[in-house]
Amino acid sequence: MNELVQLLTPEGERVHPPDHDQDFDAETLRGFYRDMVLVRRIDTEATALQRHGELGLWAQLLGQEAAQIGAGRALRAQDHVFPTYREHGVAYTRGIDPLDLLGLFRGVDHGGWDPAQKHFGHYTIVIGAQTLHAVGYAMGMQRDGVIGTGDPDRDAAVVAHFGDGASSQGDVNEAFIFAASYNAPVVFFCQNNQWAISEPIERQSRIPLYQRARGFGFPGVRVDGNDVLATYAVTQAALQRARDGEGPTLVEAYTYRMGAHTTTDDPTRYRLNADLEHWKLKDPIARLEVYLRRHGLVDDAFLADLKSEADALGHHLREGCKAMPDPPPTAIFDHVYAEETEELRAQREGFVAYRETFEAHHPQEVAR
Amino acid sequence: MSAAGTETTQRITLARGLNAGLRRAMEDDDKVLVMGEDVGKLGGVFRITDGLQKDFGEDRVIDSPLAEAGIVGTAVGLALRGYRPVVEIQFDGFVYPAYDQIVCQVAKMHYRSRGRSKMPMVIRIPFGGGIGAVEHHSESPEAQFAHTPGLKVVACSNPVDGYWMIQQAIACDDPVIFLEPKRQYHADKADLDVDVDATPDPLFASRVVRRGDDVTVLAYGPQVKIALAAAEAAAAEGQSLEVIDLRTLSPLDMGPVLASVRRTGRAVVTHEAHVNLGMGAEIAARITEECFYSLEAPVLRVGGYDTPYPASRNEEEFLPDLDRVLDAVDRSLDF
Repeated sequence: MNELVQLLTPEGERVHPPDHDQDFDAETLRGFYRDMVLVRRIDTEATALQRHGELGLWAQLLGQEAAQIGAGRALRAQDHVFPTYREHGVAYTRGIDPLDLLGLFRGVDHGGWDPAQKHFGHYTIVIGAQTLHAVGYAMGMQRDGVIGTGDPDRDAAVVAHFGDGASSQGDVNEAFIFAASYNAPVVFFCQNNQWAISEPIERQSRIPLYQRARGFGFPGVRVDGNDVLATYAVTQAALQRARDGEGPTLVEAYTYRMGAHTTTDDPTRYRLNADLEHWKLKDPIARLEVYLRRHGLVDDAFLADLKSEADALGHHLREGCKAMPDPPPTAIFDHVYAEETEELRAQREGFVAYRETFEAHHPQEVAR
Repeated sequence: MSAAGTETTQRITLARGLNAGLRRAMEDDDKVLVMGEDVGKLGGVFRITDGLQKDFGEDRVIDSPLAEAGIVGTAVGLALRGYRPVVEIQFDGFVYPAYDQIVCQVAKMHYRSRGRSKMPMVIRIPFGGGIGAVEHHSESPEAQFAHTPGLKVVACSNPVDGYWMIQQAIACDDPVIFLEPKRQYHADKADLDVDVDATPDPLFASRVVRRGDDVTVLAYGPQVKIALAAAEAAAAEGQSLEVIDLRTLSPLDMGPVLASVRRTGRAVVTHEAHVNLGMGAEIAARITEECFYSLEAPVLRVGGYDTPYPASRNEEEFLPDLDRVLDAVDRSLDF
């Protein structure tokens, strides 16, 4: 795997690949570490909330923290992200309250943030569908004149997230074709976590995924997705290329899904424990911690503060999730259309009238 | 076409009406984009977008790769960015590769986002048969879209409606499936008064196109012409048919329909689409629910048979023509 871009080895050694090397100051490195620790805490808290019956489902990101923080921190404010349903780390870098991620999984809404304000689209469940939206959005940016002006506060790009499983979808391949054809400013960021539920990457592709880009006519690069420094550097370069008007790039972040596909999944049925143990040695957080400690860039006080911060975040998630109100029953009818139809208005009125017939007889039950 | 603002009357076909309507929508709002296969230089295989790329440029009239999911999926992204894409699906039978994007993404984006993300997209689909085409070029998929909450579905039937309805659909903040009866594109001409002060009927409204007292005939798209011809023939035999052009399939505008049926007591619905679970089934159910005591006969449906669209040498047998409509009228009157 000599084609893998890496800046920090699993043992925490800094290496310097000529094409992608970058210097990071201590503050940035501590920031990456803090981000990953907090994002892992979001994930473990949400998993626990599902186990306690507070969430119907949770899609775990355990092991993919570096890929997501690297990709997320490489963004500028004006860049726009189209996520799958697992981009909790990228959402965090966009300033989305992690509590807002839980609504979808608790079943109180389909997404609790404003995509236009956060520059972060709604979670997309249908695999790969969002990659086309990303390309269309990037085509819109081209028409808005925010590509290749040379103004760093103006030039923008789009990141389309997807996984190794989605790489088999027609939508993803069509997105590649449209992006190439129109030279759209989009970075295709594939987190190859090796597993699409139970199906291994070998079922999706006979060649390394990043090599597919060549066939579509744009560059592809494979980066160590458990190395936050390399992921950041590679994504930043791909984004700048897009913002400059040089077109799409496929970034394959080579990583591993250390958890289950979702909380309903049981990976012991289809993969070897030894495989997981092997990847635990490549843990994205542990390797950065080794580096930071070895070079004296963090001290006990920093780590203690971070632990307190993570605990507070956990408390925020637990309490906030349990306090999340169910939507009112009439919310079923809200926002089906921008301009509501008479038909739907009548159905809503019928529904309200129907419920009121219960209220007359069983007021407590309806109130509940 | 002449520029908006000048008052002229022209004899135009449906194709020209749609073309003029698209042109005017693009003049009125520079966020309006046209995209699809062959819509640019060629002007579309039916020439509906003829000349638009020449006048509005390649950034606004976009020749796309041959991938329907890609066309609709990228249009979703353009709409999220603030554009108003008008997508052309080349033929009805080619819409299915885009079906997932239309049903799961286009239709649900506004709902999913609790109204934060609007989806002002028009998906134009030439639909219906009668042109002797090969397989997949003659279908009527409207019920599949009318069944999907979040979409609005309309069908134009004549040149003047084509001109106005396409502009209204583009101005609508909801996604609109816009069905165009392809065998009417270059068939009949009508007078179009391109007058900016003209007030067209609302988009989501049905319209009585012929008054009558004995039976109400409900039609849309290509069947409106056939229903009108049937009414003419019936009149010669002393039967008075009222014909309603439904125009909007989702939402349905039942007001004029119910008022008519309460008066005539009889209704026949006709469409090219398969009868089983077609629009006629929904319309019959609603008529029965709303004016049961006014009915003198069951609501009858006249449509395509529940077979795949046949080889074109047999399509005249498959399509509900004037005689089959009149047969249903007779059965209703004889009930």
